[in-house]
Amino acid sequence: MNRKITKLFSRTLLHAVIIFISFMWLMPSLGLLVSSFRTRNDVLSSGWWTVFHHLLDFNQYSIENYNQVITASGMGRAFLNSLIVTIPSTIIVIMIAAFAAYAFARMEFPGRQILFVVVVGLLVVPLQMTLIPILRIYNKLGLAGTFYGIWLAHTGYGLPFAVFLLRNFFGALPKDIFESAFLDGASHHTAFFRLALPLSIPALASLAIFQFLWVWNDLLVALIYLGGTEEVSPLTLRLSSLVNSLGQNWHLLTAAAFISMVLPLVLFFSLQRYFVRGILAGSVKG
Amino acid sequence: MVIKKTNIWPWLYIAPALLILAFFLVYPIINTFYLSFLDKGSESFIGLSNYIFAFTQKPMLIAFRNNLLWLVVFTVFTVSLGLILAVLFDRVRYEAVVKSIIFLPMAISFVGAGIIWKFVYAYRPAGSPQIGFLNAVLSKFPNFEPIGWLVNKITNNFALIFVGIWIWVGFCMVILSAAYKGIPKELLEAARVDGANELQVFWRIIIPVMKPTIAVVATTMVINVLKVFDIVYVMTNGEFGTEVVANRMYKEMFQFHNFGRASAIAVILLLVIIPVMIINIRRFREQEAIR
Repeated sequence: MNRKITKLFSRTLLHAVIIFISFMWLMPSLGLLVSSFRTRNDVLSSGWWTVFHHLLDFNQYSIENYNQVITASGMGRAFLNSLIVTIPSTIIVIMIAAFAAYAFARMEFPGRQILFVVVVGLLVVPLQMTLIPILRIYNKLGLAGTFYGIWLAHTGYGLPFAVFLLRNFFGALPKDIFESAFLDGASHHTAFFRLALPLSIPALASLAIFQFLWVWNDLLVALIYLGGTEEVSPLTLRLSSLVNSLGQNWHLLTAAAFISMVLPLVLFFSLQRYFVRGILAGSVKG
Repeated sequence: MVIKKTNIWPWLYIAPALLILAFFLVYPIINTFYLSFLDKGSESFIGLSNYIFAFTQKPMLIAFRNNLLWLVVFTVFTVSLGLILAVLFDRVRYEAVVKSIIFLPMAISFVGAGIIWKFVYAYRPAGSPQIGFLNAVLSKFPNFEPIGWLVNKITNNFALIFVGIWIWVGFCMVILSAAYKGIPKELLEAARVDGANELQVFWRIIIPVMKPTIAVVATTMVINVLKVFDIVYVMTNGEFGTEVVANRMYKEMFQFHNFGRASAIAVILLLVIIPVMIINIRRFREQEAIR
């Protein structure tokens, strides 16, 4: 009987600790979401948690903040820019990486090992090492402040991880299916397009989510190569300048921040499985 | 291989990747090394002056101190909390839900997270309603004076580091949880049958068995923390003694247009990361040998 009570007690404690931590982790984001729907006066005069006193009083909520940041603060334009920056940056990396990864995993050529070791080494190079030379070249070529420039830059910075992840995946595919394809007279192109790529759709999905989130959430690369002009600023850049210009206008700042998080959150909840798989594949091995 | 004639094809497959890597990573690394020995406008050779600056000027020393603080606190907390959560969550039936909650901040940008936490840390003088969650909760205690978490020099670095922890614990938890679930259950049961309590099982079995994974996660966190930039840029912009090395580099580059110093700072970052790079390459080679 005594043991049962101890067990019950420790189970309760376990649940309490877990729920407390989860609450702590969720609470900051919840505060942001709630505040973005409150009026300026409410946000400045009382804590966001006070809405729970009369949760169903819908007069206290409004979408006015969203109207204002989308039009007046340029968050609508910034959302579009983020899409323009992110989608090509994701597609180009995957295409280039897939070819290279297939060659590293399945083809024979001199220098294969050493070149791939270089890729593994490049995985951890801090971006800071590359900013000044690239920016100088961009200034000369007129690529600074253009979408072309940032697509290329994100491709360069995303490639080591993409090649690494896909090469490990292609390398782990069963050997015999390739061998029997080659015996049937298939070329490497057929093997790549008809076998390796279709069999790797989960890996490609993981990589796409990673790269998409990485580019969408990036601040530094955009800050350096796109600069501050509003026509090209993506969400992160716009948002970081709103932090300064809006100051204590929390009702607007929270709405703007939430706009920047909507798409990543949707992706996250719908594709969490692939996200987790990508983390496991990319990290445990490297 | 059966097909021998296609010698040119491997090169065509990797050529685009190699060209881009050479242009965006290899060439700039070499060039930045070179620039770090030149002056402000990269016109004349000035030897090690930029490095002497980096290791003697007060702002740089503060940045190094803060990076060290980040390195220790951030790495220790993300990895250990990630491990604890992985083990705890394994014991409840709603594991998937709580894991998603902890993992969620990974989807949010550092800029977004910076705003979220700036709001949590918001400060009002005592007497007025606290709209920041942290000060509001603590105000429930008697005699509590509200704290300007991001301004106060004792708290601000920890306040920033906690934002980093909030984001990255989920990442550590996911990897460590997968490794934990890979431990044979009989191993843990056998120890329990032999009379080991849960703490002993944790310290004597779980930790030793998971050591390789813990090492991988810790090195990943070290790489992340050395490059930390966005959180500080958004939340304090390096003021009140919170600057880190990456922010200092950005300032030298864009505010002072001193490309020599900025390059030297970048080189120092790379030099600190090189041991991690070597560990990674060695680990990769070992895995290839097993294949």
